[in-house]
Amino acid sequence: MEFIHYFGDVFAPVSFLLLLIGTIGGLILGATPGLSPTMAVALLIPFTFHLEAAQGLILLGAAYTSTVAGGAVSAILLKIPGAPANIATTLDGHTMAQQGKGARALQLSFLASAIGGVFGVLLLIFLTPVLAKWALAFGPSHLFWLAIIGVTIIGSLDSSSVVKGLLSGCIGLWLATIGFDDIMGAQRFIFHPALGGGINIIAALIGLFAIPQVLDMFSKGRRSTDMEVIEVEKSSLTGAVHEILRRTRALTIGTTTGSVIGLIPGVGGQIAGLVAYDQARKFSPEREKFGTGHTEGVIAAESANNAMVGPSLVPLLTLSIPGSPTAAVLLGGLLIHGIFPGTDLFDNHPDVAWTFINSMLIGQVLMCLFGLYVAGLAARVAQIPHSVMAAVVLGLAVFGSYSVQSSMGDVYVMATLGVMMYFLERFGFSAAPLVLGLILGPIAEANFIQGSMIANATDGIGAYFLGGAMNLFLIAVVVASIGYSVWMELRERNRKSNAGVTK
Amino acid sequence: MNRTQHIISSGLVAFVGLWVCGISYTQQPAEAFLFPRLISSVFVALALWTFGKAIMGWSKVGNGVSARAFMQMLPGLLVAILYVFWAAKGLGFYTATSICFFILLSLYDPAPHTEPRSWIKRLIISGVFMVVIYGLFAKLLKVYTPREIFF
Repeated sequence: MEFIHYFGDVFAPVSFLLLLIGTIGGLILGATPGLSPTMAVALLIPFTFHLEAAQGLILLGAAYTSTVAGGAVSAILLKIPGAPANIATTLDGHTMAQQGKGARALQLSFLASAIGGVFGVLLLIFLTPVLAKWALAFGPSHLFWLAIIGVTIIGSLDSSSVVKGLLSGCIGLWLATIGFDDIMGAQRFIFHPALGGGINIIAALIGLFAIPQVLDMFSKGRRSTDMEVIEVEKSSLTGAVHEILRRTRALTIGTTTGSVIGLIPGVGGQIAGLVAYDQARKFSPEREKFGTGHTEGVIAAESANNAMVGPSLVPLLTLSIPGSPTAAVLLGGLLIHGIFPGTDLFDNHPDVAWTFINSMLIGQVLMCLFGLYVAGLAARVAQIPHSVMAAVVLGLAVFGSYSVQSSMGDVYVMATLGVMMYFLERFGFSAAPLVLGLILGPIAEANFIQGSMIANATDGIGAYFLGGAMNLFLIAVVVASIGYSVWMELRERNRKSNAGVTK
Repeated sequence: MNRTQHIISSGLVAFVGLWVCGISYTQQPAEAFLFPRLISSVFVALALWTFGKAIMGWSKVGNGVSARAFMQMLPGLLVAILYVFWAAKGLGFYTATSICFFILLSLYDPAPHTEPRSWIKRLIISGVFMVVIYGLFAKLLKVYTPREIFF
């Protein structure tokens, strides 16, 4: 119950103000189609440099939580999910809005998000210290395999092509080696003076997540955003609370599904919402109503995608394996403050860890309160033309990456990686595993070198890295995640070819 | 068209992989390249596999870039490249950002270019953005940006 001691820190004036800014800003950013939660958090990182570690994490955590929930606003009122996590919400949420029940859909979505989110954060609170203590027993070989797991799981599960996902991870791991080697001081792959200090993670994160979206907006040309916002009529909040209480089955399914999926590294909120929606429909006696503006659909989808947020941080805070691409960006936010996840975080920086986690708990409540009032404004913001949005994001990306170390080299790296990622994404490569490789690369290399030194003095590299129950278990996880993804890819391909034959 | 694009993109990735692998196995001190050797071997294997698939026409994932999308993106991309690699340092961050913002807005704003009102609107939006950026970075975060010829 250590977390209770740090509750007061969240209410310190600056911290609470940042929590409010992160929550309200996140709700508005989340509602804006084209601005993903990952990109929003990546663009916010430069602003956290000048803050204390806990305050910076509060801002990032609040933005993470509320961008996921804010995506429901555009999903319901515009039929455009603000984030991939809100795809399932459009199915019933927008139909409700068309039926004149937009306000009720929004109320249900924010209430369900808050309940799911609180449950998810509680899971984070109680699971994280246990796992962090367990992680204490890990040696260099285990930590090396854990870093590889982080890259391979996201590479295989988060990508449409397993090989290209893993290849993206390899590119990230290679990019992490650019610069001076820590042990020998040797120059590695420095083919431009801007790369002398290696690739700055924050500049890379901004480039990889923001620039492809800017170029994507450019590629749409002078298209007007002729989206029609459905007006939100007034609706009683108590009615929404009663409806939630009446639909506990959907809420339970959504919350449980989201929490479990969040714990699996690499599986994002998009899957959580869709799986929860599907399960809620299967177990509902009114399953024929799903898709026609049924409240259970909104409740299940929204409770799931927010319940995923807390658990997605469990593997991150204990084992350095981010549960989602946004969690990977949060890991970057931790590392720039010199804080490493795992026991270091909870033993040496308990104030940072617990203030951050507590702020996410309180943030869920604030998100629900403000969400109901900000929804109308957020829907208007969602109508901002692509031209303005692209120019704003480009400007913020340049200033944000420059402000990290006051270096033009970082701006060049940001732009180059961003343009490269835009084209790579068009050919099935994915930014998430590349980022994971970049972030986990130094951890993997440091433990590989340390392990090699130990191995040379003992049984040899093969026995050290491939022997022992824990190593074998971790290798099995790597193989299983790749095997499962290959099987899924082949099954999907067969399904498509069978469908083609039937036609 | 799509197949050619897949061949070019995977060919470039394979070329980078081979270059990384070549450097990792030839550069000294060897100890510093132990980890790069490990990852570059996997990198090359996967890249050559992808390249082989592209040559055989088996690449199914990714639709490539259509000529229309590319042509629509090109002016914005060129402005962004000029902004990042020349103007930001050459003219000063704030001047370059103002000009780039206004050009991008003018290029991609769906409002007709013949209407004076739309130009005034673009100017106002650019001005407001610059004020916000200046307040945020120069005043709040105290980031010193290159001023060069202008501001």
